[in-house]
Amino acid sequence: MSSDQDHLKETDTEARFEFKKEQKAAFVAEKGLNEETIRVISEDKDEPEWMLERRLRALKQYQKMPMPTDWPGQPDLSEVDVDEIVPYIRPDVEVRGGVDDWRDLPDDIKDTFDKLGIPEAEKNALSGVGAQYESEVVYQNMQERWEEKGVVFMNMDQAVQEHEDIVKEYFMTKCVPPSDNKFAALHGAIWSGGSFVYVPEDVTVEMPVQAYFRMNSEGMGQFEHTLIVAEKGSEVHYIEGCSAPKYSAFNLHSGGVEVFVGEDAHVQYSTVQNWSKNTYNLNTKRAIVEKGGRMEWISGSMGSKATMLYPASILKGRGASDNHITIAFAGEGQNIDTGAKVYHNAPETKSTIESKSISKDGGRTNYRGLVHIANGAKNSSTAVECDALMFDNESTSDTMPYMEINESTVDVAHEATVGKIGDEDIFYLQSRGLDDDDAKQMIVSGFIEPITEELPIEYAVELNRLVELEMEGSLG
Amino acid sequence: MATLEIKNLHARVAEEDGEQILRGVDLEVKSGEIHALMGPNGSGKSTTSKIIAGHPAYEVTDGEILLHLEDDDFGDLEIPDDVRTWNLLELEPNERAALGIFLGFQYPAEIEGVTMTNFLRTALNAKIDEREELLFGEDDEEEEEEAGYDTSPMEGNVDDGEVGVAEFQKLLKEKMELLDMDEKFMQRYLNAGFSGGEKKQNEVLQAAILEPSIAVLDEIDSGLDIDRLQDVSKGINALRDEQGTGILQITHYQRILEYVEPDHVHIMLDGKVVKSGDASLASELEDKGYDWVREEVYEAA
Ligand SMILES: Nc1ncnc2c1ncn2[C@@H]1O[C@H](COP(=O)(O)OP(=O)(O)OP(=O)(O)O)[C@@H](O)[C@H]1O
Ligand SMILES: [Mg+2]
Repeated sequence: MSSDQDHLKETDTEARFEFKKEQKAAFVAEKGLNEETIRVISEDKDEPEWMLERRLRALKQYQKMPMPTDWPGQPDLSEVDVDEIVPYIRPDVEVRGGVDDWRDLPDDIKDTFDKLGIPEAEKNALSGVGAQYESEVVYQNMQERWEEKGVVFMNMDQAVQEHEDIVKEYFMTKCVPPSDNKFAALHGAIWSGGSFVYVPEDVTVEMPVQAYFRMNSEGMGQFEHTLIVAEKGSEVHYIEGCSAPKYSAFNLHSGGVEVFVGEDAHVQYSTVQNWSKNTYNLNTKRAIVEKGGRMEWISGSMGSKATMLYPASILKGRGASDNHITIAFAGEGQNIDTGAKVYHNAPETKSTIESKSISKDGGRTNYRGLVHIANGAKNSSTAVECDALMFDNESTSDTMPYMEINESTVDVAHEATVGKIGDEDIFYLQSRGLDDDDAKQMIVSGFIEPITEELPIEYAVELNRLVELEMEGSLG
Repeated sequence: MATLEIKNLHARVAEEDGEQILRGVDLEVKSGEIHALMGPNGSGKSTTSKIIAGHPAYEVTDGEILLHLEDDDFGDLEIPDDVRTWNLLELEPNERAALGIFLGFQYPAEIEGVTMTNFLRTALNAKIDEREELLFGEDDEEEEEEAGYDTSPMEGNVDDGEVGVAEFQKLLKEKMELLDMDEKFMQRYLNAGFSGGEKKQNEVLQAAILEPSIAVLDEIDSGLDIDRLQDVSKGINALRDEQGTGILQITHYQRILEYVEPDHVHIMLDGKVVKSGDASLASELEDKGYDWVREEVYEAA
């Protein structure tokens, strides 16, 4: 195993550095992230004892674990000061993650809403102000249809109360344990909100389950936890996110996603996210796929100051399969570090990973991926393709597609391209009447087309529009 | 009736110590005329064509390229007197396209992920918008930008452009039929995976859609099989006959000239047009090669 691979593994290992806390003595009680803070949160949510215990255990692990600091080319996380969160997560402190009024949002964010053409009512909801939005009604109607089939879709906090058994079994136990990485541990300690989706055996949910509505009606989450349990033979498409930049005074987003794909079940998880440019977006997303099951991760990562996101699939049962499609865009001052991890732990498992990234004006994108094929995972196959498009010589892009193949009867395909946007291509389109910007935009929308074609049309439109705005350099 | 006038054009590669490629090119192409430009490899034909279209790789060191427009050039559009003559060298490539310049590339680019239909309709609408702006100074681009979406970001841009989807489909279908191109190409990505001949055919299709006043076609005949050569020739003749396009056809071979009969033939040598004549000049070249031209030119010098 090379030392590079160690860096990927590092998320699973023990503490090497003690995370330095800069506590200001006078504020300790209110500001520090400590046991008391966790107890207050849990009590406010009226959580069962076991959840409080999990939170406290996660906090301990968080305190022990190191910040990832030495992955090649990784984003600089030194500005993340977790203690700053405390006022935002303590229900007894009068400051909230969102802002209370539309007018309090920074101008560049408001500007972006305007450019996206989002109506005022929606703007309020999206900005975390929490106004009620009419889609609530649409959502209610869907809810009734699902309930008939036994499908559950609700806020995660609520699920802890109403579906305690399922949550207790699956919540940060076998899929994403807090010990996975420092931010997973942090998440385990302070998580709040998110979605819970349960699909019973052999039930197909025809319409995509859209967390978009949820976020509108319930305000945004920064430490939200999503748990999807799809029983044997079921099928569901979960979509999360929206194009409006999510703004928060505190700049860390650390979500957790756990997906359980039962035998022959099929789960598609799509996200289009656009974080405001001060945000550190550090997530842990993972799926466990049983025999014959299929997991699909589709993600568009836009915005943020730094993103570290590597959705993982553990192909546990024979014939399980995975499909990853990711797209990342990094403009000035951004470092978008994304990728995919797949563990082939059973025979005849299959994975395909397709990654596209665009960097511009000095932005940096990294593709960091790991495909692990275990000894005994006979007749498995994997195909990895990562393409990076750079706009100028100041921008950078790296691909680090690690492979650990411990089985001989496997089929491994790998392709990577890194290139600058072609001057001849631009000229060709210009000579047909498109101006310089439109020509570049067209090339980029073509570049990401394999991704957008997988998305429901409205998300594809939004993603394209977002990329357009990013390219004009006019997003806040 | 449009006239493209190239006068004493000198150009070099736009790099430090860039090579001088054109050394005084003179050419005049009017609407409805067909000109053939011939000459040995590396004599500067493609360079001339790219400079007409505004390729940034070259720097013009002397001379000029003018485009004169007249009323009938853009259908019923009346062109104000003060914007009838344009110095192309001052315009961006897309502005030149808007005024009716078209370049059929010797090596067309392949653009993945962009369907022919999407590309061509976008180009056609961009061209119409830009033309309005150049001729009448109307800048409605800003407005459009501001308007953004009508209701929700989910529904896409309400601005559909001058030519709507349905109207465009019809136009595209009609032109594809003329060129005997399979309809399935509409949904293919622009030139991606097209065979050499299909790419050339596609260049002519694009010209047919964009209706240029002057089309420069760089080796449109190379790589075409006999049937396709005839389809492409039919397309070029239709451009001239139906849209009154003036054609500057760069070629190495007499063959296409049998289908697309040139009114004038020019020979380029070492970055200069050294000899012009009628169609018979092309057959003479076919028989004798370029040596005699070279001898003739350098003896005279
Ligand atoms: N961007 C460039 N950089 C360097 N040299 C160039 C460039 N473009 C053209 N040249 C050179 O200029 C000369 C003329 O090239 P051009 O492509 O115009 O020739 P051509 O007449 O079209 O030839 P052919 O018949 O082979 O297509 C060639 O020697 C070529 O190598
Ligand atoms: Mg040439």
